[in-house]
Amino acid sequence: MAEYKLELKGICKSFPGVKALDNVQLSLRPGTVHALMGENGAGKSTLMKCLFGIYKMDAGEIYLDGEKIEVNNPDEAMKHGIAMVHQELQPVPARSVAENLYLGRFPTKSIGPIKWIDHKTMYQETEKWLKEVKMDFDPKAQLGTLSIGQMQSVEIAKAVSQQAKVVIFDEPTSSLSDNEVEVLFRIMNDLREKGVTMVYISHKMDEIKRIADDITIMRDGTYVGTWPAADMTTDQIIAKMIGRELTNVYPDKVNSPGDVIMEVKNLSSIHTKSFQDVSFKLRKGEILGFGGLVGAQRTELMEGIFGIRGVASGEIYMHGKKIKIKHPIDAMNAGIGLITEDRRGNGIFGCLSIKDNVGISIYNKYLKAGFVLNHKRINGIVDENIKKLRIKTPSMKEHIANLSGGNQQKVIVSRWLANDPDVLIMDEPTRGIDVGAKHEIYEIMNELAKQGKAIIMISSEMSELLGMADRVYVMCNGKLTGEIQKPEDMTQAKVMSFATQF
Amino acid sequence: MVKTKQQKIKDFIINNGVIIVMFILVIYTGFTSKNFFTTNNFMNIFMNMSFRLVIALGIAGCVITAGCDLSAGRMIGFGGCIAGTLLQRMDYSGKFFPNMKPLNVFLVAIIVMLICAAFGLVTGFFIAYLSVPPFIATLAMMEIVYGINMIYTNATPLGGYVKEYTNVAGGKFLGINYLIWIAVLVAVITWFIFNMTRHGKYMYAIGGNAQAAEVAGVPVKLTLILIYMKAAAMYGLAGFMLGAKGGGASVALGLGYEMEAIAACTIGGVSVTGGRGKVSSALIGVAVFELLKTALQYLGMNPNAQYIAIGVVIFIAISLDIRKYVAKK
Repeated sequence: MAEYKLELKGICKSFPGVKALDNVQLSLRPGTVHALMGENGAGKSTLMKCLFGIYKMDAGEIYLDGEKIEVNNPDEAMKHGIAMVHQELQPVPARSVAENLYLGRFPTKSIGPIKWIDHKTMYQETEKWLKEVKMDFDPKAQLGTLSIGQMQSVEIAKAVSQQAKVVIFDEPTSSLSDNEVEVLFRIMNDLREKGVTMVYISHKMDEIKRIADDITIMRDGTYVGTWPAADMTTDQIIAKMIGRELTNVYPDKVNSPGDVIMEVKNLSSIHTKSFQDVSFKLRKGEILGFGGLVGAQRTELMEGIFGIRGVASGEIYMHGKKIKIKHPIDAMNAGIGLITEDRRGNGIFGCLSIKDNVGISIYNKYLKAGFVLNHKRINGIVDENIKKLRIKTPSMKEHIANLSGGNQQKVIVSRWLANDPDVLIMDEPTRGIDVGAKHEIYEIMNELAKQGKAIIMISSEMSELLGMADRVYVMCNGKLTGEIQKPEDMTQAKVMSFATQF
Repeated sequence: MVKTKQQKIKDFIINNGVIIVMFILVIYTGFTSKNFFTTNNFMNIFMNMSFRLVIALGIAGCVITAGCDLSAGRMIGFGGCIAGTLLQRMDYSGKFFPNMKPLNVFLVAIIVMLICAAFGLVTGFFIAYLSVPPFIATLAMMEIVYGINMIYTNATPLGGYVKEYTNVAGGKFLGINYLIWIAVLVAVITWFIFNMTRHGKYMYAIGGNAQAAEVAGVPVKLTLILIYMKAAAMYGLAGFMLGAKGGGASVALGLGYEMEAIAACTIGGVSVTGGRGKVSSALIGVAVFELLKTALQYLGMNPNAQYIAIGVVIFIAISLDIRKYVAKK
C-alpha cells in the first residue's frame, strides 16, 4: 500500500488577475482526518475544487494510491472515490431526501428499452445509508424541511453511499449548532475507523484540535507546511496562517457605557416558536453581546427589531421615545443599523460595485436639487471608508464579488458607517472571515463604542462573545434566559448554563 | 498577471462578438447592394428603431430587477388605439367619437401615458405587494389590457388622423424626424434615471439582491411599482408613436413586440438574472435587430427565413454574453 492515500503535487491555478494557487502540495495518510487551514483567500477551497474537478488546474498532478489520476469533472472524481461535502450545501430542497441522495444515479428498473425509476429500492437504500451515519429520518421527507445539520448528514450519507474513500469537508460546521457538530464528529470518527480518508477545512481552532490527525497550512495560495496536529498549539497555527505572531486576538476592553440609548420591552414575534417576551436595555458606548445556541432566535429577534420580521407585540424605545418600526427604513430613521448574518443572502449585492454596495443606504441622503445623486460627495464618503477600513481593492468600481469574505464584510460595515447609526446590530460579524480581518473588525467595533455608539453583537463563537462584549444576554429557545454583567462572571460555563435553559 | 495581446484581442472579440458581426454584415450589405448606404435608408432604420427603443428601455427596467413584462405588446396596442380615437379628423366618416373635436397632440400623448401608467401601477402592485411573479402578473395584465382595448374600440381599426398627429412621424426638426427626437429624449431621461437618481440605484440593487436591498433600507415595493408604472407609460408612448407612423391603429398593434424588446435588451447585455444593464445595452440590442432585418432584406433573403436568422442571433449573442460571467469561475 502506498504511503499516502492521496497526493497533490505542484498544483497551480490562476484566475483573471490573481494567482490563486502556486505550487501547492497536499499528502493525505490513509484513514486520517487532515485539516486544511489558512486565512480566507488562502486558496483552500480552490485547491479542493481543483481536486474535485470543479476547477481545471493549470499545472500539477494528483496521485491516488500512488497512481496518477486525471480529474476533469466531479463525476470523474466520484468514480475515483472522492466525494465532497460543500461549504454551501447545494441540494434540491424541494425534493425528497432519497431523491437528493440518488440524484444523477437513480436506481432503475426496465423492460426492454423502457426505463423507470425504482422508487422502492431507492427509499430502502436511502434508509440503509442514513442508518450508516446514525440518522433516522424519513427518506420521503422533503429535504427543505430538515435543519442544515440534517441536510449535511444527507450529504455525508451520499458520500458514504458512493463508497467514497476520500471525503472533503469544506467548512461543514460554520452553520451548525454545538449538538450538530458533535453528531458530525461522531460520524467522522466512524468513517475514520472504516479507513476513509478525510480533508477537513475549518476556521475553528478547537475543532481542529479535537478531530484532526494532521494539519496542512496554506497562506496566500502557497503551501506553508504539514504537521501532526498534536504537535501544534493554537497560537502556532495562527502564527503560521497569518505569517506573523498575533499577540492578542481581542483588543483590550476600554469601553465606558453611558446612558440607556435603546430599550426593548416585551417584544414577541408573530410566530409562537420564535422570540417571545424579550426585554433588554442597551447603553451608549457599550458592546452588548447576545449568546446562545443556534436556533435560540437571536437573529430573528434582531431582524424583528429592524423591521424585517413580523412583531406581534412589544415596544421599542430610542432615546426614551417610543418608536414604531414596520420596515428597515423606519429603523434606519430611528438610528439603527443591521449587519446581517447571511452576508451572501441578504448582505452584499454581488453584481454591483463596491461604491453601490456602500452607497445604497445613503443614496437618499446626498441629493442635489432633491433628486439628482451627488456622486462627488458619495465617492468621497466611499473612498474615505475604503481607506479607513483598509479594504483591499484596486478601486471602488470593483465588483464586490471579487473581494475576499473579510473585505466584503468591511464593505458592509462601511455601508452602515456611512449611514452613521447610533445603534449598530452586528449579527455574527466575523463569520467566515480570516483571523487578520477579524481583528480589524474588532478594532472597528471598539472604535465605534469609543465614539459613543452602541453595538449589539450576536456571536456563536464563545471566545469572541466573551472577549468582545461588555455585557452579555443569553437566549434560549426564543426567550431571554440570562444576563451576565460582571467581568468575572463572563465564563463559557455561565453562558452555556443560560443557553440550555429550555 | 498581464494579459498577452492575443488574449486581449480574443476577449474583445468575445465581448463584442455580436456587434462585430453586425458591422461586417452592414458593410457587406452596403457594398453589395445599392441604396443601402443612403441617408434615406438610415433615416428609415432610425425611425423603426425609435419606438422599439422606447419599448426596450421600458422593459429594461423590469428586466434589471430580474422581472419581465409580457403586457408591453398589448399596452402598445391600447396606447395606439386611445391616441387614435382622440385624434381623428372631424370629416372622417368612420370617426370613433363623431362629435368630439380632436384634442391637442401633446395632451393626448400625456393622456395615453397616464392611462397606461395606471395599468402598470396595478401590475406593479400585484408584483410588489402580493408577490405575484412578474411573468404571471404581466401575463394577466396582458390579457386584461387586450380585453379592455377590444371592448373600447369594438375591435374596429382606426384611421383618418389629424395632420398634427401623423406629423409626429413625418415632420422633421433639423432634418431628423420628430419620432427619432422623441426616442433620443426618452433615452436621455432614462439614462439620467438609471445613473443619476436613487430610484435607478435602487433598481439595480433590487435586481442584484432583493433581500439585501430590503435590509439596506431600500423601499423595494415602491420602487418596483414605479418601475412597472414607468415602463407602462413608455409602452403607451410607443403605441402613440406607432400610430403616428402608420397613420392608423388596431387592437393587433404591437403584438409580439414585448418579446422582441426583451430579446433586444438581453442581446445588448441586460442580464435576465438581474442587476446588470444600461441604456446603451437596449440601444445596441435594438440596433442589432433593426440592422439585421434591413440588411437581410437588402440581401434578398426570404422574409420568412429572417425569423430563423433572428433566432440564431439571439442564441449566439446570449451564449457569448453569458460567457463573460460564467467563465469567471
